[in-house]
Amino acid sequence: MKTLFANSWLRSDGRKGIRNTLVVAYLVECAHHVAREIQTPYREQGAHLIGFSGCYPNDYSFRMMKSLCTHPNVGGVLLVSLGCEGFNRNGLRESIRQTGRPCELLVIQSSGGTRSTIASGRERVEAILAEMARQPRTPMALSELCVGTVCGGSDGTSGMTANPGIGRAFDHLVQEGATCIFEETGELIGCEQIMAARAATSELATVLTSSVEKAARYYTIMGHGSFAPGNADGGLTTQEEKSMGAYSKSGSSPISGLIKPGDIPPGGGLYLLDVVPDGEPRYGFPNINDNAEIAELIACGSHLILFATGRGSVVGSAISPVIKVCANPETYRALPEDMDVDAGRILEGRATLDEIGEEIVHCISKAVGRSPTASESLGHQEFVLGYKSFSPTEPTCHPTSS
Amino acid sequence: MTPDFIYLDPQDNVVVLARSRSAGDMIRLGDAAILLSHDLGLGHKIACQPIPRGEKILKYGVPIGSAAQDIAIGEHVHLHNMQSDYLPTYTLEAGREFHSTP
Repeated sequence: MKTLFANSWLRSDGRKGIRNTLVVAYLVECAHHVAREIQTPYREQGAHLIGFSGCYPNDYSFRMMKSLCTHPNVGGVLLVSLGCEGFNRNGLRESIRQTGRPCELLVIQSSGGTRSTIASGRERVEAILAEMARQPRTPMALSELCVGTVCGGSDGTSGMTANPGIGRAFDHLVQEGATCIFEETGELIGCEQIMAARAATSELATVLTSSVEKAARYYTIMGHGSFAPGNADGGLTTQEEKSMGAYSKSGSSPISGLIKPGDIPPGGGLYLLDVVPDGEPRYGFPNINDNAEIAELIACGSHLILFATGRGSVVGSAISPVIKVCANPETYRALPEDMDVDAGRILEGRATLDEIGEEIVHCISKAVGRSPTASESLGHQEFVLGYKSFSPTEPTCHPTSS
Repeated sequence: MTPDFIYLDPQDNVVVLARSRSAGDMIRLGDAAILLSHDLGLGHKIACQPIPRGEKILKYGVPIGSAAQDIAIGEHVHLHNMQSDYLPTYTLEAGREFHSTP
């Protein structure tokens, strides 16, 4: 088996990490400042800040936090609680400790307040970092890699260059046995039949179509679409036009299954992540911004995120590096330091779609070998997590695992 | 050499501008020379054949909506002369019912 990365971090569940991140997580907005003060001095040593703002408990947010804190790129965790919020802090700490990761919990109300919690938090961080440095290293193959993709700040070029380029890269990765995840069923409204034709089984085809119907219903009842005013400025006219452009990120491999946030794909292949909540719509937009989608892709095990942008998103993410594939050559010239791949060269006759696909695969190999991506080297570590509710995925969603 | 536009699929009746163009610019579409009447940004669509009202607009080889009026070759295709065929479905009705429920 060809080695992709000689020194990945072996975790107790058998998954391997391409980074050894220390996560500092606040469990309610009231603990955010203290957690950030603890984390900031250790940013360069790989400490990332994540958290959940809500005061009231929610199964989805607990599952997300658990999946993120036990992600293969995470080597240790410090949880910061105010004390009176509803989050199941002890349950989360135990779940993390069961994976063998060092995990500490600080409760501000019983730690003497802001200053002393920050001081003892930094001591815990030092101890966790020391323990993380002793974690075992192991070679990792391309087939053990999981890559997610998202698009944001789209324009007419996204669907012409970056998205189909990512599709080419996905086809290569899937062929090599890797796991690839695409998402945002709300952006697939209008092309669900074309997508269903690629499902591994007829039962899965029905599941895929239903997931897009659910998204259509959700967006309509909430009184909005995924179509933003900026899209029309960029030359996109209809929802289905935007959808076809977004859909091209998935490439042309068969679709192996449908997953929901926090589900780990059962094997290599291409998966659709359904990010739209089940049941009656009640939380506004399914995802309030691109980083909510990125967090969900990471919660499903993505080691890396391929982010296609036309108008020029600059974001990165906590936990997993983001590779920015810039669709628009004018945007690339305006924001070169924020971009990893200049896919807009296709529009200027300077590259073909296949060449861009190969360049994305090369960029992934470099990022796995610890070379930081553009957003990573600029210090981007965006993170957001809100309220949602999901029913568990049914067996027909993973036909290839049975 | 920088192409004027990109054909995403041989079946398409629109092409996509590969770079921003100004009013007065001349674009060659096969045998036809098209004089642009206003500025158009990269990514915008131009009809590469006459499209009668009601006919599907094809991009990526699939329908992305239909012509709301007759569209001449070389004309800009956007919000003013085409419409989505997808959203006016049962889902929109469901939304209206939901919002009208007291």
